[in-house]
Amino acid sequence: MTADLIGYNVGYLDEQTKRMIRRALLKAVAIPGFQVPFASREVPMPRGWGTGGVQVTAAIIGEQDVLKVIDQGADDTTNAVSIRNFFRSVAHVETTTRTDEATIIQTRHRIPETPLAEGQVIVYQVPMPEPLRFLEPRETETRRLHALEEYGLMFVKLYEDIARFGHIAKTYDYPVLVGGRYLMAPSPIPSFDNPKMHMNPALQLFGAGREKRIYAVPPFTSVESLGFEDFPFEPQRFDDPCAICGATGGYLDEVITDDAGGSMFVCSDTDHCERTAAAPNDTTSTATTSTTTRPNPATPNTKAIA
Amino acid sequence: MYVAVKGGERAIANAHALLAEQGRGHPHLPVVDPAQVEGQFGVLVSRVMTEGSLYDPELAARALLQAQGDVLEAVTLVRSYRTTLPRFGYTCAIDTSGLAPQRRISATFKDLPGGQQLGATFDYTHRLFSAAGAATPDRRVSDGVDGEDQAMPRVADLLGAGALIEPDAHPDQDATQPGDLTREPPVFPMSRAERLQALARGDEGFLLGLAYSSQRGFGNTHPFAGEVRVGEVEVEFDAPELGFGVPLGRIEITECQMVNQFTGSAETPAQFTRGYGLAFGRSERKVMSMSIVDRALRSAEFDERVVSPVQDEEFVISHSDNVQATGFVEHLKLPHYVDFQAELMLVRRLNEEFKESRA
Repeated sequence: MTADLIGYNVGYLDEQTKRMIRRALLKAVAIPGFQVPFASREVPMPRGWGTGGVQVTAAIIGEQDVLKVIDQGADDTTNAVSIRNFFRSVAHVETTTRTDEATIIQTRHRIPETPLAEGQVIVYQVPMPEPLRFLEPRETETRRLHALEEYGLMFVKLYEDIARFGHIAKTYDYPVLVGGRYLMAPSPIPSFDNPKMHMNPALQLFGAGREKRIYAVPPFTSVESLGFEDFPFEPQRFDDPCAICGATGGYLDEVITDDAGGSMFVCSDTDHCERTAAAPNDTTSTATTSTTTRPNPATPNTKAIA
Repeated sequence: MYVAVKGGERAIANAHALLAEQGRGHPHLPVVDPAQVEGQFGVLVSRVMTEGSLYDPELAARALLQAQGDVLEAVTLVRSYRTTLPRFGYTCAIDTSGLAPQRRISATFKDLPGGQQLGATFDYTHRLFSAAGAATPDRRVSDGVDGEDQAMPRVADLLGAGALIEPDAHPDQDATQPGDLTREPPVFPMSRAERLQALARGDEGFLLGLAYSSQRGFGNTHPFAGEVRVGEVEVEFDAPELGFGVPLGRIEITECQMVNQFTGSAETPAQFTRGYGLAFGRSERKVMSMSIVDRALRSAEFDERVVSPVQDEEFVISHSDNVQATGFVEHLKLPHYVDFQAELMLVRRLNEEFKESRA
């Protein structure tokens, strides 16, 4: 093996692998919320750093695509920069930071505040695809529980939270039921973002590289966050507006400003923050984020499997 | 300042430059050539090839240099390249009894057909620093025996002839269909072939610890090193349309057959059972650990009670891959401030509720 023989395919993955991943994606879309095992490949970044998301993106990206990559909601976090540069160099695609311009959005831990549109694809990086994993460590066992739609363990966990703390003590990776059938881990997005998944017009794909699972939520699929009649699901809320752009209704990061307990709250979604700050008089951008993406409790659970 | 994680484009470029600078060492010293690493760090190169699942000493050496000696980083480099290579087919099963071993030892028989051959080993060296700069090795003295011509049947096969040891391949094992975890999604429970592949790719240190735990009592393997051999073996590509194997070349491997006592069950008479280990290059510690863990993971076959971590397939296989392990542990360096913010709000709320309940 000599140096000049080393070359990589467009989009990094070889075509056989892309086909394999696309097959897994098709299966995932056909069975919303079901974890499809796939022969996850190594990619040139460490496991746990978005290798599943990278493989999914690599399998679906084409030259006409415009890619946005965010981590913690921000386009300029180091890992987002690194993954964006990776695709720019191996797939030769255009990249953007604007949510509304992107055809593919790869994300870690957030859903953008700007509502997604039909035709867009959001790719989530997933560390732990199995929502029952910390309740049952064995794959053989959790597979059976999913097959039998036996989700009592999770409800007991939520109930125990209520019994101990008076409310459900799960703030991110909050379990959801997809299409009224499969219990699904939404990846560690804050529960604040959960309502955005419900009946979302975009295609939502989830890649867990280390755990070798792919799953999906097709457009306009019901995604119901678990809860009880007397203790319904409550997404987190922020009382203060963003200290930079003044937007309300978005997810905020607390930035510590001194060593005397001082801190300020700023938008976690940098694209949203920049655009709101640039158009301070335009209230629509904040309005869209505050209410319209909330699920309508009256919306019936539509079975997406046709 | 952690907030500086934001605004990363220039930071990344600078970090890469600094990394390259640190890896260069003293600018007055010559740069190490990959061929030097390949020749003088052979054991390390073997490990990178084995855990990287790619037999290519030159590439492994380059990976080690690029990774500044970080083995797991080098393994990741090799694997990320390997996975992009198109798969044309499989090789025929290698014949390790046909290999001319440069080293072959058995701890179960004092003498055996083909004899014991110590070969290149650290085993009986005194771990004292040798004089610096003593680069020329001592001359070897001929022992008058020409081992090359002598047949060296595998020890396990010698025992097998008397039916004292289980057969090499299990009857329900399909030898024509090798498992391949890098192409097929792994699903538990695994076939032994898949498990062995996972162990071969598994972290040497992790397997060593597990093997050790089973020897110390967290497990019930009572192993004898039936045979450890190191040597070069011919690799043939299996071309179905030709009907015969096409020789590709030779690779150096290390093989271990661990022999374990088995007291028998209602269906099976008492006999010895096997654990198997195979790795690229010179990797004795790895193959010995691997063969002990392989045997421990066969509990179900022998109706043994699963009581220790080393016997638990999901536990061992899910956590043996160091590329996965190091990635996930180290990903904690990535920003988690969204989730942390969510937790912060929850803890504050719980805290306030606690104070209110005390008031």
